[in-house]
Amino acid sequence: MENKENEYVDFVVTARKYKTLLTEKYKNRKMWHKPFVGDVISNLPGTIVKIYVEQGQEVEAGQLLLIHQAMKMYNRIVAPVSGVITELGVKEGDKITKDHLMAKIQPK
Amino acid sequence: MTDLSKNIQALREKKAVVEMGGGEAAIEKQIAMGKLTARDRILSLLDKNSFHEYDLFVKHDGRDFGMDKKDFPGDGVVTGTGTIFGAPVCIYAQDFTVAGGSLGLQHARKITKIMDHALKMKCPIIGINDSGGARIQEGVGALAGYGEIFYRNTIASGVIPQISLILGPCAGGAVYSPALTDFVFVVENISKMFITGPNVIKTVLGEDISMEDLGGARVHAETTGNAHFYALSEQECFEQVKRLVSFIPWNNQQRAKTTEPKEPTAMLNIEEVVPADPKQPYDVRDVVKCIVDDSDFLEVQELWAANIVVGFGRMAGETVGFVANQPMVLAGVLDCDSADKAARFIRFCDSFNIPIITLEDMPGYLPGVDQEHAGVIRHGAKVLYAYSEATVPKITVILRKAYGGGYIAMNSRHLGADFMFAWPSAEIAVMGPEGAANIIFRKEIMEAEDQNAMRQEKVKEYIEKFANPYVAASKGFIDSVIEPKETRALLLHALKLSVLKEECRPAKKHGIPPF
Repeated sequence: MENKENEYVDFVVTARKYKTLLTEKYKNRKMWHKPFVGDVISNLPGTIVKIYVEQGQEVEAGQLLLIHQAMKMYNRIVAPVSGVITELGVKEGDKITKDHLMAKIQPK
Repeated sequence: MTDLSKNIQALREKKAVVEMGGGEAAIEKQIAMGKLTARDRILSLLDKNSFHEYDLFVKHDGRDFGMDKKDFPGDGVVTGTGTIFGAPVCIYAQDFTVAGGSLGLQHARKITKIMDHALKMKCPIIGINDSGGARIQEGVGALAGYGEIFYRNTIASGVIPQISLILGPCAGGAVYSPALTDFVFVVENISKMFITGPNVIKTVLGEDISMEDLGGARVHAETTGNAHFYALSEQECFEQVKRLVSFIPWNNQQRAKTTEPKEPTAMLNIEEVVPADPKQPYDVRDVVKCIVDDSDFLEVQELWAANIVVGFGRMAGETVGFVANQPMVLAGVLDCDSADKAARFIRFCDSFNIPIITLEDMPGYLPGVDQEHAGVIRHGAKVLYAYSEATVPKITVILRKAYGGGYIAMNSRHLGADFMFAWPSAEIAVMGPEGAANIIFRKEIMEAEDQNAMRQEKVKEYIEKFANPYVAASKGFIDSVIEPKETRALLLHALKLSVLKEECRPAKKHGIPPF
């Protein structure tokens, strides 16, 4: 780690600026964004086996939206909030990745 | 020929067959991968002529899938005893040339037998992993084998040093034995370690990644923290293992073997290594080199969580563990990874009677949502736990910054430090001057005509009043404020005085550290 002087950057900890190197892990860290309550996002990659709702449909919190097959399990995906489905990001038979927006609900 | 010499001849022949492992073709393949054979690895590690092999003639008891017709020499693992620099060790090496080093029940029983032996004889156990995984034909027998190894790893933890070398694949459940041991060694292009391999990940998750990028040596040395030592070749790895063994005791009832005391050789002036401006970086390892015998420092987990430095050195010939904040990386903050790294190292030292010297220069904890959500509270708590729990001699030298929670965590008097030294450049305060001034003089700053000028003035005032070691010294939290040049001499003094240290704790089954 010699001759790193030109790579030193300013780094603030409690209002004080330090000269230091950053680690790759720190540079690659994910910025946090507030999740939207009505977004139904896949936690795992898998296949959409069955869809029970349509775009524009009104749903109640807890209502079954679709079946997402992942890790050899049929996972029941339910509405996180009551509202109107403004977007369906999947159709039956779709293979999706993790963090895929499966549905968007505009809360009532 | 007499009967006996006939028998001896027969034994030699039998041995020669088994010692060929998987046979010439398999050995050639192994060598082509840049790997030594299991036996050659053991011979490279141990003192010359010291290896004594056990269980050469053990046979597997697989019955199904045609296994009853298959013969696996040594059942794919070489086990035995030997010495490293005269220190007794028990050792095993999986033999990839025999059925891919796959683990069946007898293979595992050979390993657990040598582990039991190590535990009984109170000597270190070294495991060389190079295996395709469970021998599927044996079914649950293979799983039983793994479980019996993990159980012994746990029972032996803190009793005898446990060392793992990953010299080939080590996948699935197999990874948990190394993970339970104290030190894991990896070699570039050779070590592969993961729970689920690239194929499964691709099928299930659609993520396309190579074995090397998923669980290669560099990944474990730098990103996951699963490995403690990283080498570019097997030979370099063996040298690292031997060096480590020279620093640590044989078991928890002994102290590490002493060497001839030597003065530091580093051509560095300790007073010039550390910049006076607490915002300027430097390499804290240079301070360590100014302090330890022969300037010889064996760093552990050098590439992972580099914002804290841990490792072994010697003081007047006695092994000492160092824990030091590294201002050169992330300003030396504590975060999830560096807390884990320090805590584990402290617990190793405490288990094996190795005094701990802490060199402190840190501005606090790493700010960020990712840190908070990753559980920096519970990770950071491990450092407090490990230091408080440790009963080996604990000495702290505050070089510059010791702010807030970091001051408490880094082996403060309040956690039971035996000796607290501070350089005159030490700043022991609840937080950095800028942050403190912003809070304490908030009103004055807000009401000032020139807020910036007022802030500067108040920061200066705070620095003069609190950014020094004397407030802490006035309360007896620091035993003495010392000149940097005196550091080694005073550490030697402190270590000498604590040779007979005894500290009693209430009886308990075990504590519950914040894992």
